[in-house]
Amino acid sequence: MAKVKETAQVISQERLAEGVYSMWIHSPAIASQAVPGQFISLYCQDGSRLLPRPISLCEIDQEGGRLRIVYRIAGKGTEEFSAYAAGSPVEILGPLGNGFPLEEAEGKRVFLIGGGIGIPPMLETAKALKGEKTMVLGYRDSQMFLKEEFEAVGQVFAATEDGSFGTKGNVLDAIREQGLKGDVIFACGPTPMLRALKAWAAEENMECWLSLEERMACGIGACLACVCQSKDVDSHSHVHNKRICKEGPVFRAEEVEL
Amino acid sequence: MINMKVNLAGVELKNPVMEASGTFGSGAEYGEFVDLNRLGAVVTKGVANVPWPGNPTPRIAETCGGMLNAIGLQNPGIDVFARRDIPFLKQYDTKIVVNVCGKTTEDYLEVVARLGDEPVDLLEINISCPNVKEGGIAFGQDPKAVEAITKACKAHAKQPVIMKLSPNVTDITVMAKAAEAGGADAISLINTLTGMKIDVNRRTFALANKTGGLSGPAIKPVAVRMVYQVANAVKVPIIGMGGIQNSEDALEFILAGATAVAVGTANFNNPYATVEVVDGIQTYMEKNGIQDIQELVGAVK
Ligand SMILES: Cc1cc2nc3c(=O)[nH]c(=O)nc-3n(C[C@H](O)[C@H](O)[C@H](O)COP(=O)(O)OP(=O)(O)OC[C@H]3O[C@@H](n4cnc5c(N)ncnc54)[C@H](O)[C@@H]3O)c2cc1C
Ligand SMILES: Cc1cc2nc3c(=O)[nH]c(=O)nc-3n(C[C@H](O)[C@H](O)[C@H](O)COP(=O)(O)O)c2cc1C
Ligand code: FES
Repeated sequence: MAKVKETAQVISQERLAEGVYSMWIHSPAIASQAVPGQFISLYCQDGSRLLPRPISLCEIDQEGGRLRIVYRIAGKGTEEFSAYAAGSPVEILGPLGNGFPLEEAEGKRVFLIGGGIGIPPMLETAKALKGEKTMVLGYRDSQMFLKEEFEAVGQVFAATEDGSFGTKGNVLDAIREQGLKGDVIFACGPTPMLRALKAWAAEENMECWLSLEERMACGIGACLACVCQSKDVDSHSHVHNKRICKEGPVFRAEEVEL
Repeated sequence: MINMKVNLAGVELKNPVMEASGTFGSGAEYGEFVDLNRLGAVVTKGVANVPWPGNPTPRIAETCGGMLNAIGLQNPGIDVFARRDIPFLKQYDTKIVVNVCGKTTEDYLEVVARLGDEPVDLLEINISCPNVKEGGIAFGQDPKAVEAITKACKAHAKQPVIMKLSPNVTDITVMAKAAEAGGADAISLINTLTGMKIDVNRRTFALANKTGGLSGPAIKPVAVRMVYQVANAVKVPIIGMGGIQNSEDALEFILAGATAVAVGTANFNNPYATVEVVDGIQTYMEKNGIQDIQELVGAVK
């Protein structure tokens, strides 16, 4: 298994919601080795933006040699990506990071929880998990991108901040309102959501795996930009700073300070 | 046959290209993309006497044509480094430059002395890190302190000593002369320029450390100017760096007076940047009928 840096080709680009885009990329070399929860780095064509943008894999089509990313326009880089049309070159590096530990979910009832732009990586994870799964998605409003695609995989519960659909509030409000139960949590989303899930998992004695985010420069473990505070001593510097791009982005909840 | 070999303080490098400390770890990660055997030297991330946890996050921010970093010299300390990173680098046919950091003179000397028994080729003393509260840049902004720390390192070092200078000074030549007076065998410049970015939406600093070091193409003209000034002020060889992205950039530094060059931030943008610079310099020499790279060093007066 080796990371690949290549000029790939955009297969398609689609707007899913206000400011949220879905891009399929032709990359057999990355698709053949990627696992759910991993991410890729996308490089900008505009040379004034030096740093690659980390974006999670939303779907991995190994047979078709395709990768899907779903991303929100957050600034100039993602804005540039959203303008790429089918056939455009796109500079990418991947697969990066560890991914969700699917084996930990075997024979257990799994919660797949996504909040906002943390929802995309949960789709491939949901597709890859064969057992009993409950999907809980948290959105801002009724622009519920990807929801139908999750529904094709299993039962979905949604929460919206403005109450326009499902439970009014966040994913935990939806879980409590519906009285949902499970043994393991896989989640990605904003830090306050992850913090709440970590606390809830501890109360309920559930295993919990969280995908974290931090500013990145190299994306491959060399620069030490992307660390999180870890309980265990890290393998690189022997302090308590695990690299999200290398040891992560998925960590066991008790392992990290949020 | 063109000659790309350079002599840096008595150490022969197969070519003048290395990468800049802190952007390349100890080579393992970028070794997946480039053949480390092709580099003149590998420069490690700063190493202290004990492990340093570094600064809180966010540690980096992108700026137009550059980036700010305030990693804060996170490193595993000399023990782990000597056990793990040096044997890793010894597998390759390249020279090893260890970047040394410290909070006090004693910290630096402890690392320098420990490295005396290790199979490393050169020591690069970082007295120019803008991101740590004590030590670092404090040693690099006062000529007396520069001379004193250089002298102390020289007295304890078995390998040639490169002093890495800060650009955050009024007159870089004063610091370079102080390093030379202290016995430095070579000089590296430039380290990052202190900068700041404010996130207007969150109305806070982009970096947890508030300030960070600016690197990348944005600083290149400043770096070339400083290399030129220092080359005309001291006799010791210079390793030039600051915004090198390609061989043309590297050649600017060489023509300004650098014996060797280092590629830093460009690795993040292009993991192949280092070897592309090596190849590009060779192509340039072939095209222009240059037999020996030495002909180019400081050729622009
Ligand atoms: C492991 C990982 C997976 C991610 N997956 C997705 C995804 O699937 N979909 C999605 O929409 N977003 C995802 N993000 C966030 C995404 O990386 C940022 O939104 C994006 O980098 C913003 O770039 P920009 O140029 O548009 O914004 P700008 O604000 O102009 O970017 C400036 C700099 O800050 C960095 N940056 C800005 N916001 C973030 C952030 N939230 N996280 C990390 N770096 C940031 C950029 O990479 C760039 O270096 C992920 C982040 C990480 C770390
Ligand atoms: C993320 C990062 C980490 C760095 N860490 C170190 C370090 O540990 N020691 C050091 O002497 N310089 C360090 N530097 C400075 C670089 O070695 C170099 O001097 C500077 O970045 C200018 O070169 P560049 O523009 O090519 O990056 C670091 C720079 C960056 C961007
Ligand atoms: S981004 Fe460089 S170590 Fe993670």
